[in-house]
Amino acid sequence: METVKQPLSRRDFLKLGGLTGAALSLGFYFPASGKEMEVLKTETAENLGIDLNAWISIDTSGKVTITNHRAEMGQGSFQSVPQIIAEELEVNLDQVSIIFAQGNQAKYGSQITGGSSTIRGSYKRLLHLSASAREMLIEAAAKQWSVAKSECFAENGFVVHKPSGKKLSYGNLVAEASKLTPPKEVKLKDPKDYTIIRKPLPRQDTPSKVNGKAIFGLDKKLPGMLYAVVERNPRFVGKVKSFDDSETKKIAGVKHVFKVNREVFDNMFEGVAVVADTLWAAMQGRKVLKVEWDDSGFEHHSTDQLYAKMKDHLQKGDLISYKTMGNFSAAFAKAEKKVEALYETPYESHSCMEPLNCIADVKDGECTIWGPIQGPDWIQGDIAKALNLPMEKVTVNMTFLGGGFGRKAFTDYPYEAVMISKQIKAPVQVVWTREDDTTMGPFRPGMVYQCKGAVADGRIAAFETRIAGQNMDTQNPGADKSVYNGSDTEGFLEPYFNSIPHYSFGDTPLESPIPVMWWRSVYASTNGFAFESFIDELALAAAKDPLDFRRQHLGNPRYQDLITKLEEVSGWKSRGKNSGYGVAITECFSSIVGEVVKVSKNSEGKVKIDKVWAVMDCGWYVNPDIIRAQVEGSIVMALGAATKHATHFADGKAVEKNFNEYKMPRIGDTPEIEVHIVDNDEKAGGVGEPGLPPFTPALTNAIFDLTGKRIRVLPFNLEEV
Amino acid sequence: MAAFTLKINNTTHTVEADPTMPLLWAIRDIVGLTGTKYGCGIAQCGACTVHMNGAPVRSCSIPVKVAAGKEITTIEGLSEDNSHPVQLAWIKEQVPQCGYCQSGQIMAAVALLKRIPHPTDKDIDAAMNGHICRCGTYQRIRQAIKTAAQLTH
Repeated sequence: METVKQPLSRRDFLKLGGLTGAALSLGFYFPASGKEMEVLKTETAENLGIDLNAWISIDTSGKVTITNHRAEMGQGSFQSVPQIIAEELEVNLDQVSIIFAQGNQAKYGSQITGGSSTIRGSYKRLLHLSASAREMLIEAAAKQWSVAKSECFAENGFVVHKPSGKKLSYGNLVAEASKLTPPKEVKLKDPKDYTIIRKPLPRQDTPSKVNGKAIFGLDKKLPGMLYAVVERNPRFVGKVKSFDDSETKKIAGVKHVFKVNREVFDNMFEGVAVVADTLWAAMQGRKVLKVEWDDSGFEHHSTDQLYAKMKDHLQKGDLISYKTMGNFSAAFAKAEKKVEALYETPYESHSCMEPLNCIADVKDGECTIWGPIQGPDWIQGDIAKALNLPMEKVTVNMTFLGGGFGRKAFTDYPYEAVMISKQIKAPVQVVWTREDDTTMGPFRPGMVYQCKGAVADGRIAAFETRIAGQNMDTQNPGADKSVYNGSDTEGFLEPYFNSIPHYSFGDTPLESPIPVMWWRSVYASTNGFAFESFIDELALAAAKDPLDFRRQHLGNPRYQDLITKLEEVSGWKSRGKNSGYGVAITECFSSIVGEVVKVSKNSEGKVKIDKVWAVMDCGWYVNPDIIRAQVEGSIVMALGAATKHATHFADGKAVEKNFNEYKMPRIGDTPEIEVHIVDNDEKAGGVGEPGLPPFTPALTNAIFDLTGKRIRVLPFNLEEV
Repeated sequence: MAAFTLKINNTTHTVEADPTMPLLWAIRDIVGLTGTKYGCGIAQCGACTVHMNGAPVRSCSIPVKVAAGKEITTIEGLSEDNSHPVQLAWIKEQVPQCGYCQSGQIMAAVALLKRIPHPTDKDIDAAMNGHICRCGTYQRIRQAIKTAAQLTH
């Protein structure tokens, strides 16, 4: 893994990629005038002063290098991006290497690794870019042989002349090819002809992750680097009244102690930094630091208060309407078969295995950052603003991320590291302890869902969901709090909007100083539990099989196919009487996932999960094994939030501090998981998140099927059902 | 501060450290072997697992003075070239996602297979339950341990 200095010139790129001699370098950009991307040679782009979004380069040895403009946090873009390139370029995967790009908004557009967007956002462009390079190489060969281009084809890094069997390697062709103009149009392969895409090829980053060589943020060291830990306000928004560092300064190695700010949604959160020449010394110094906080002027919420407030809001009916059809109130009022339910989901910590950390080096009008970062371009922008520097003076380098899940897309921890480095005028690594990471948020917001519905003639006649909880989008000072939450229906299946005649979705926001933020699959992670539990309750009221009930409402063939597949693989129709089966289907980030959970009772009469079947429809996809891994992991993460952990608050502070209190799912909790992927021609959807939301409702629906007990509050203890 | 002799992966290091400093930080920040990870600091997650005289221990909770003179093996000491059966199995089963916890998982699996060459699911759960993987790679860990058992024997 390498990163590059900025601004990244073509020359730098070639050097860093270890590319030798003349090279064919192509990139793409979006002309201001048109919506279509254009492919240009990097040389041409440089001459025209155009910044390319991303590029590939082939050198005289035939080696292919690509800039990866997204973070690698476990989701596999390190593997899937080269797989896309190799397919259309007609090279072996081992000829393709990848270097991490830096945060650069101008060059790469959005680089945020969030919303399961790496592949679905860029795959067509990458296919197009590689096909353009392939066509230029073929054209170069045809010219050299003085034959028609149509008689030549590309294979394994060679261009072959079909009639004669003559071959030339890409390495031998790049010099000539680089003199040609990229074609205006290229023909992309039919997915059925893929030889690399859609194959479960092993990830290239795996070897470095089984021998300790992969460099995560915490592993990065710079010469002369100091270490810092920060005592932050446990109630988040309180101010430092005073601090006593007399004992801290007695610890050998402690060099500085000072107040530091961390920017969270444009609010300044305060802390006291302890900087030392070793991390251990900084940690020891912090233990004996005494900080007095001014925690006046804001509410110190407890979990009970937060949920009481949310329920009170729902009862009062203060609703900001988001999406409606027909007249829900009238339809509900006159309905015969009505169902009402309240669902609760907890606050959660992201708890990546690599606690937050970041290196900053601020000096002489420039700033360099190293860290496990999901959103390098955001950080570049934020830091440039904070330091009043031009964007190009801020360099953001990405390391491997030891988990991200949304937390490492936030810019607060690099901001804090930058402020510390600026103060001490030296490179510094700021390390969050596990306790810091678990207690400081931003958290997944706790939610309460009030669902009302009616059934008639075996179908849903009316459906309403009112959501109470903190809105992640309105935490900045001055945010317009009168607007609805645009994610109120996240997770809900699109065809329901056509098959339910009367519906209403809206929310009632909760105000709290507790910072909240995206957590893997975001609102769908909690909405999905309410929607898909309630659909099950409506199916029961309609006296329908839960899977048939869904099938009946989801008329679109894509959903019908998914349901049929789910029914087949899980043996739904032949399910035995001694087990409970539950189903749930959700949709987010342009992918649809259905899951069936089977539960039974063990010899002690306690509920255990026997198996989970998942069917993922993410449309066009790259690597089925990575998809299976992502769905397996999503299910385990959902299992944790459903049955193991939650963040509680008491007197304004997070209660659970480390894994002895915030209990994680472990190997012994993990059921067998079987993942199936749908093959179709739909557009590429997300892979890293959509497998999470359906698991919990499928589980609680299965428990209902087995025991008749409906679980509406998370988390719950599986052993106590 | 005091001087300690640490024998890590058959190399002897003399480190100057606070005697109460956990072995983890001596390995990472003084010796410079960063494959061993910090996850929780209280022996709850297993990310820092190394072998001490052949047994798996949580290096975050062993003071450096206790580790002095003992044979320590870290992930870097398993093989020069990813050829250890557990590493091969981890690659074959494509276990890692983010990869952060896997050094600890692998060290625990190596110790398990030394003790029980052909572990059952129950043996695996018992030996590996002290290790957290937030990416949720547990199903593959279970499979990889079985694969490693076959590669070894």
